[in-house]
Amino acid sequence: MSFLSYLLKGVSLGSVYAIIALGYTMVYGIAKMLNFAHGDVIMVGGYAAFTCSMTRGMAPLPSILIAMVVCTVLGIVIETIAYRPLLEAASPLAVLITAIGVSYFLQNIVLIIFGSNPKSFQSLVKIPGLKLADGALTISGETIVTILSCLIIMLILTQFISRTRMGQAMLAVSEDKGAAQLMGINVNSTIALTFAIGSGLAAIAGVLLCSAYPSLSPYTGAMPGIKAFVAAVFGGIGSIPGAFLGGILLGVIEILAKGYISTQLSDAIVFGVLIIVLLVRPTGLLGKRIQEKV
Amino acid sequence: MKNKKLMGNLITYGLVIVAYAIVAYLLHAGRLTSLVKGLLVPICVYVILAVSLNLVVGISGELSLGHAGFMCVGAFSGAFFSKCLQDTLSFAPLRLALAIAVGAVVAAVFGLLIGIPVLRLKGDYLAIVTLAFGEIIKNVMNIFYIGLDSNGFHFSVKDQFSMGMEPGGEILVSGPMGITGTPKDASFLAGIILILITLFVVLHLIDSRDGRAIMAIRDNRIAADSIGLNITHYKLMAFTVSAALTGAAGSLYAHNLATLQAKKFDYNFSILALVFVVLGGIGNIRGSVIAAVVLTVLPELLRGMANYRMLIYSIILILMMLFNWAPRFLEWRERHLGRLFRKNRKEE
Repeated sequence: MSFLSYLLKGVSLGSVYAIIALGYTMVYGIAKMLNFAHGDVIMVGGYAAFTCSMTRGMAPLPSILIAMVVCTVLGIVIETIAYRPLLEAASPLAVLITAIGVSYFLQNIVLIIFGSNPKSFQSLVKIPGLKLADGALTISGETIVTILSCLIIMLILTQFISRTRMGQAMLAVSEDKGAAQLMGINVNSTIALTFAIGSGLAAIAGVLLCSAYPSLSPYTGAMPGIKAFVAAVFGGIGSIPGAFLGGILLGVIEILAKGYISTQLSDAIVFGVLIIVLLVRPTGLLGKRIQEKV
Repeated sequence: MKNKKLMGNLITYGLVIVAYAIVAYLLHAGRLTSLVKGLLVPICVYVILAVSLNLVVGISGELSLGHAGFMCVGAFSGAFFSKCLQDTLSFAPLRLALAIAVGAVVAAVFGLLIGIPVLRLKGDYLAIVTLAFGEIIKNVMNIFYIGLDSNGFHFSVKDQFSMGMEPGGEILVSGPMGITGTPKDASFLAGIILILITLFVVLHLIDSRDGRAIMAIRDNRIAADSIGLNITHYKLMAFTVSAALTGAAGSLYAHNLATLQAKKFDYNFSILALVFVVLGGIGNIRGSVIAAVVLTVLPELLRGMANYRMLIYSIILILMMLFNWAPRFLEWRERHLGRLFRKNRKEE
């Protein structure tokens, strides 16, 4: 039974990673940049939801919606001001460093507004947990909601990309920017849309993460952000099913390692698995192999 | 051409020596606050870190996000060495020099072992794997316990009690608490000497036949491969030399700290070094030196603004990146500040 409960906990944590990893992977696919500030957008989402629900006493659903709006706007603003001028820069490292600057900026502005003391976040999930097999296995409401929301998001996102014109435009831009522009696609607004979706998802991830692990500080987003980034690479960066698979696997490995091997070494084990996977499949589990041309 | 390069290198060495002379004079005249004095060794450490990372990022063209790991290895091995020899070897400068050498060698071994698998990957995948290795090193260092008593060394990965030591034994490395009581051998002079050695090694490597091969691989891997350069060999050379120098910096760093803890060397540390490299100019060694000094001093200068200092630092960082790299800004700069920058352009 303890294995099953670890597994569920792992899938739940993995679902959060998957939602965050979707943001990473979409942005990478379209702008070819590692958005280091993505983890901090999660944290901002958490604080937005915290302010709405704890300080203003709003209901869970509107709080989440407001958090999503805040993060979406934030994502577009960051992209327009800090990233867009640098996407054509001589070195791809330029935009990476700017993203790090944005990450510091978000952490410190939240630090100034809310202070450095961690806030205790009350779960926004009001569904009671399930007790199975005479109470031997308890599934918390947070676990159910997290897994369900991850599945729903995956479904909507894949449908959006394959069925709508905007989704097709995103695919086209990630394939070939120049050709997409010649076909009349507005590349800049497509990239902005990608950032908007990624950041909106980050808000949901932030709320789910804080509901399951109820402590919120300006640095809350950093480690899950890095882990989700690892998950995106794990699954093959740029691939949406890859982000989903990578996220779930990473969460399960982390929780199982924590449960059976060592709490302190769980991160090392997660990263070790990543290294092994990348050495065997250098572009991740579901990543495209690119043939090198001379 | 040759002379110009030599000139450039001499200017870089000269800059370091002049900086040392000025600081030494100010120190002697008692003009420096204790805050600045405390910063001198860390500045040297960051300069070495930035220069050696630039060897990988700028010259070899591979993005490494795991240099904190090499620094961690160098720091722990150096500090461990000094603690063991604290009583036997009382001449501090020699002990420090040996400890730095130990740190460099151990980090080089790690660099070689990690480099062999990692350098098969490319681009962002390589970056994430170096980050992963850095985090693994940090996590593993965090659980080591080493003790010493009359029976010799004791070793554990659980806690200090499971080592089974005699009551009089001394705990040398104590898990997350790290190493405490490393002799404070580091000095500003030692830092400057190590910077000069680092610069000599890196600049000499860049100007050598090997360095040109490394840069050829960076500029066009396939072309370099087809004229018969052994890609893995040269990439590994740059990576290992860089790891060794970073390890040396780590060892120096450890001899300036009362408590050395592994958690300090997380990925943020690697990223900090990368910021120095990119802001100073990718592949520009002198730029790395200047950027490391400026960006270490800047937050301290802003200290008066308390909470706002890191906010201002981040805004300055973003603005500097936009101003230095965005094509639109570069064009604007060319047009309006052309006269100021034209001289630089020609040199390039």
